[in-house]
Amino acid sequence: MDNFAADFVIDETVDITDVVCPITFVKVKVALEGMSGGQIACIRMNDGEPAQNLPRSIKEEGHKVLKLLDNGDGTYSLIVRKAG
Amino acid sequence: MAAVDYKALKNGGFMRQKQKENFSLRLKVVGGNLTADQLMTIAGAAKKFGDGRVHLTSRQGVEIPFIKLKDIDAVKAELLAGGVSTGVCGPRVRTVTACQGSDICPSGCVETYPLAVEISERYFGRELPHKFKFGVTGCQNNCLKAEENDLGIKGGYLIKWDKSLCTLCGVCVKACRASAIKISKEALELTEGACNNCGRCVKACPSEAWSGIPGYTLSFGGTFGNRIAKGREVVPITADKAVLFRLSDAAVGFFAERAKPGERFRAAIEREGWDVFSAAMRRAYDG
Repeated sequence: MDNFAADFVIDETVDITDVVCPITFVKVKVALEGMSGGQIACIRMNDGEPAQNLPRSIKEEGHKVLKLLDNGDGTYSLIVRKAG
Repeated sequence: MAAVDYKALKNGGFMRQKQKENFSLRLKVVGGNLTADQLMTIAGAAKKFGDGRVHLTSRQGVEIPFIKLKDIDAVKAELLAGGVSTGVCGPRVRTVTACQGSDICPSGCVETYPLAVEISERYFGRELPHKFKFGVTGCQNNCLKAEENDLGIKGGYLIKWDKSLCTLCGVCVKACRASAIKISKEALELTEGACNNCGRCVKACPSEAWSGIPGYTLSFGGTFGNRIAKGREVVPITADKAVLFRLSDAAVGFFAERAKPGERFRAAIEREGWDVFSAAMRRAYDG
């Protein structure tokens, strides 16, 4: 988290690198439901399908995607502001 | 009983079975959609006139097997009363297939079902030198396998980027499967020629910087039975439905005029030459 902590204040961190679709989305949804509107989540995910598709799913759920960061280790971090 | 006219039977979608005097009745389905009421009607007919079974065909069709010859008029009347028509077989325009498209599917770029209905109303059952299949798929995921069809239609987006709305978040770079988008700290760059119109940048963009106009990419001459060959794109994507129908009219016209009886569209195109066919489609595209 440290490499971009300067840009975003992260309220909640979610790691979905240990699960596959559709649990990836479920895990994120559950985490976001536990947060307040306007809070920022950092979701760490694997390259490939999650990195390609999760940003869109988050958008369709009405949240605001702020940034997709390449961690350089085969994972990406998606910074999301919870709706509301 | 009246003399059996097998040709008339086949027009009405009655497929002769191995079991003598039994027919598998093909029903008309457009774009893979039936209402629950239509399904109830079909279920009732299958129980009453068939053996209680219904077969779902490989092209979104429904057939009721074990219909007896003597019941043909009765079963047709009962189905019709419940809003179900019979399908076609033989050298005609067949069932127009479609995925769920943008009405229902988050990936869809075009409304496939209304288009399938339009195509069906325009061409369904038209007699041609051989069978002719249309398929409509809503996006590049191609769930409906557009290129299997004599004429396949695939939805896409003609994309546009608005610099003033872009936050350079990087989501589109990853969403794009054609690697057409590059991004740096202060700029975004699109390689126009690399864009495959999949529209994933538009779908994924969190700030509406990417927008897309729905468009259609057509493929011609696909066949996936005895012979397997992928339909080919010979003209660019179009956002204009009038152009789409000019192209389909021209393709069906080409087939009707140039194919020998019993020759598939693909074989006719190859015999006449792809260059000749492509030129004809180009003229239709340009109007």
